Amino acid sequence: MGTTGTPTNITQGSGTRGGIGESTLRPDGTLKVTGEFAYSSDMWHEDMLWGQILRSTVAHAEIVSIDTAEALATPGVYAVMTYDDLPTEVRHYGLEIQDTPVLAHGKVRHHGEPVAIVAADHPETARRAAAKIKVEYRELPVITDEASATAPGAVLVHEGRTDHHIGHVPHPNIVHRQPIVRGDAGQAALGADFVVRGEYTFGMQDQAFLGPESGLAVPAEDGGVELYIATQWLHSDLRQIAPVLGLPEDKVRMTLSGVGGAFGGREDLSMQIHACLLALRTGKPVKIVYNRFESFFGHVHRHPAKLTYEHGATKDGRLTHVKARIVLDGGAYASASPAVVGNASSLGIGPYVVDDVDIEAIALYTNNPPCGAMRGFGAVQACFAYEAQMDKLADAVGMDRVAFRQLNAMEQGSLLPTGQRVDSPAPVAELLRRVKAMPLPPERQWLSAGEDADVRQLPGGLSNTTHGEGVVRGIGYAVGIKNVGFSEGFDDYSTARVRMEVVGGVPVATVHTAMAEVGQGGVTVHAQIARTELGVAQVTIQPADTRVGSAGSTSASRQTYVTGGAVKNSCELVREKVLEIGRRKLGTYHPAWATAELLLEGGKVVTDGGEVLADLVDVLEDEAVEVEAEWRHRPTEPFDLRTGQGDGHVQYSFAAHRAVVEVDTELGLVKVIELACAQDVGKALNPLSVVGQIQGGTTQGLGVAVMEEIIVDPKTAKVRNPSFTDYLIPTILDTPTIPVDVLELADDHAPYGLRGIGEAPTLSSTPAVLAAIRNATGLQLDRTPVRPEHLTGTA
Amino acid sequence: MRVSFTVNGRRQEADDVWEGESLLYVLRERLGLPGSKNACEQGECGSCTVRLDGVPVCSCLVAAGQAEGREIVTVEGLADFARQRSEHTGCATGACNSVGGDGISLDEAQRWAAKGQDSQTGEGAELSPVQQAFIDAGAVQCGFCTPGLLIAADEMLERNPNPTDADIREALSGNLCRCTGYEKIMDAVRLAAARQSEAV
Repeated sequence: MGTTGTPTNITQGSGTRGGIGESTLRPDGTLKVTGEFAYSSDMWHEDMLWGQILRSTVAHAEIVSIDTAEALATPGVYAVMTYDDLPTEVRHYGLEIQDTPVLAHGKVRHHGEPVAIVAADHPETARRAAAKIKVEYRELPVITDEASATAPGAVLVHEGRTDHHIGHVPHPNIVHRQPIVRGDAGQAALGADFVVRGEYTFGMQDQAFLGPESGLAVPAEDGGVELYIATQWLHSDLRQIAPVLGLPEDKVRMTLSGVGGAFGGREDLSMQIHACLLALRTGKPVKIVYNRFESFFGHVHRHPAKLTYEHGATKDGRLTHVKARIVLDGGAYASASPAVVGNASSLGIGPYVVDDVDIEAIALYTNNPPCGAMRGFGAVQACFAYEAQMDKLADAVGMDRVAFRQLNAMEQGSLLPTGQRVDSPAPVAELLRRVKAMPLPPERQWLSAGEDADVRQLPGGLSNTTHGEGVVRGIGYAVGIKNVGFSEGFDDYSTARVRMEVVGGVPVATVHTAMAEVGQGGVTVHAQIARTELGVAQVTIQPADTRVGSAGSTSASRQTYVTGGAVKNSCELVREKVLEIGRRKLGTYHPAWATAELLLEGGKVVTDGGEVLADLVDVLEDEAVEVEAEWRHRPTEPFDLRTGQGDGHVQYSFAAHRAVVEVDTELGLVKVIELACAQDVGKALNPLSVVGQIQGGTTQGLGVAVMEEIIVDPKTAKVRNPSFTDYLIPTILDTPTIPVDVLELADDHAPYGLRGIGEAPTLSSTPAVLAAIRNATGLQLDRTPVRPEHLTGTA
Repeated sequence: MRVSFTVNGRRQEADDVWEGESLLYVLRERLGLPGSKNACEQGECGSCTVRLDGVPVCSCLVAAGQAEGREIVTVEGLADFARQRSEHTGCATGACNSVGGDGISLDEAQRWAAKGQDSQTGEGAELSPVQQAFIDAGAVQCGFCTPGLLIAADEMLERNPNPTDADIREALSGNLCRCTGYEKIMDAVRLAAARQSEAV
């Protein structure tokens, strides 16, 4: 099986140490290991107050009255604010649809919705004061699923919608609907020798970033506010915050503080507006830090989904058609639901070639917790379902499950069901081959250390529930496709300011962007790009803030591509200016200034033949060269609202997994032994970070396979497990070894040929683990996460 | 109430401490030591791990009053703690020549004192072997779990110089990380152990 594409060759900067392709170390590493790195929850200010949010105790209710008198009278309390205290007529916000009240007005739509805010001189005083606010609710029936959302006479979660989706949705409790129709799936089904159907359920996953939502708002003398905040996109926050405060954007000055992980959970606002409101009201700095309980209510989650699929194939194993219906629960507010629908539908058949496709994806408005962005963004839920289907269909045809996938795998030139041609390498079959070729972990590995079973290596672990009795091994495979960057016609640009000057006798590059470093290592990569493009050793990365143009969101696997692309572009512009200065000052000394292709290497201007023309110090002297420029990738277009046709995506990212599990079939306990991954990354700008992203994404996929789920009571729509005691994320004991095989096939449209990488490994990890558990147990397992009762038949 | 204890070798006092405040709160908000992290404040995630008289504990679950008169080491003092231990034992992780050793003695801990350093930028900071290994192995992404993991890993290597992978996983199972998938953390601890055994 062949692969297309070639490794990227780089001329400029190939001789510069610490440039792209090297595993340079994080510039913030030392601060992070010494405890000096300032996260948003570490901010402190003289005379600072603490903010606290009062949240609804019920999911759906009219607010009859709010009595803040007792709270206000509490010693140490400086302010209590409700909806009526908001300073302007702009009282809602939202990423795409401004449907989210800053504080509840007349009605609460989900459990934990912000109702009032308090500022006090001690966090406990603020908490106790908030508890003294008396809110009288008149409860309304709860909308919890598609049936209750679309039932005749169903209560509308949002009355009087005016957003741009209302015209094409079949019911006002549906946020957005996207069909993808290509060919004639009904006709093609007649030609199928085998048809398999399935109905799948995907549980509600939480991002569970470790650094809680937090920030510090400091009122400024000019009537504005300085906000130190952990977010994924400063300028998106700014656009939503400023109108609510009644301030022009230049009076809301935002600086990125240390971000303790994000994974999509910081795309929406959390406490930003609340802290600013309290700071402006009291004239004092206000810090808000959620605890873990509040964090579970303070950000959107991954959409839980019901997915119904029909796949068909011919006797020789060719896919004939796919029909799918994907119902995503968006919860009470829209957040990123429309874009999640776009992803789930357009990527709904996975990385396979199928000419006849009929897909419908919808997102509901319900009274469940709001759902929005999380790593994988709609493609995760679909991958869980279509990969289960591919196993079922391979079995029906009687083919090896990997071979069946390879036979139907897309490749460069294939068409997506949207009609968009995949015009860069798509090594789906090759990734499957690689992951299958990796050596398997030894059987009965719990005996590897000696004669006695090491219970730490067994299902149940230190609970010491088995020494190998009842333990069965299973192996499963999965592969997925994720889009990179913002799709459907979004103007997905970034901005970079790059400066070059001589400091202390050496040329130094300074890179300033508003990119949110959330742990992914963008700051590492920006320095590498600057070294490569400008041939300098020393690069200073400025803190991200709103004094420079937007970098777009740290999400959609896009930052290395888009802000990396912007840094590269601005560096190139700086390089041209530096060479102009050189030609002006020194051009008469050597003809090569005019005739040769010139590079910046090792702090010098050199010809492409390697001849040194000048030292950068002598070219620049005391001049500084600075460029701030926006950079855009290829434009995309919206999907047609009836057919889903359109060149909606920028780039794709592919990963394949092989999971090896051991299941204690008597107790229903699962131990994942190994999760091998092969991924095409286009070009690994920092191989160490690339592998770290793949392993981290893989582990989040493992989490939602066997443990992670926010449990919402279907009768009350209340969250039942908002803590790390009851919502379990993988520990180091739950996590297996994760061997990674990195493939680098250049995408010629992208900077350095790179491919966004952060999300793809989160897609295929989950279905691979599920397939392995099915393989071990012979059970159908149509939902994730799998709990013990699903394996023991006691559910 | 007033609480006084020793943090990173320096005697500290905090006044007007409310009885419900945790050791973590006092460290972070009253003593200006925010290195110990507040990821769950329920004792589930380990991000607030400090050593209390040598024992790793979740400082969010220790009432500040319980720390009265005791010795605390936080991530801010880890490098000095390791160096001092090295000077006492000739071994930076504390584990050399003491297979399955008893950890650092209370007596030693009490004699230990941190040195000041300029860490505005982190440049020139002297790091403990475990800290350096976390950077070198790529075990730091967002870094929020890192301080707790460093304290826990350092304490394990003090007890167990040649841990198996299963030993490492068991010792660090109380420390959640959401970014790395733990593989690079395993690499970092193995690296710290290997460098230590080379140094002997």
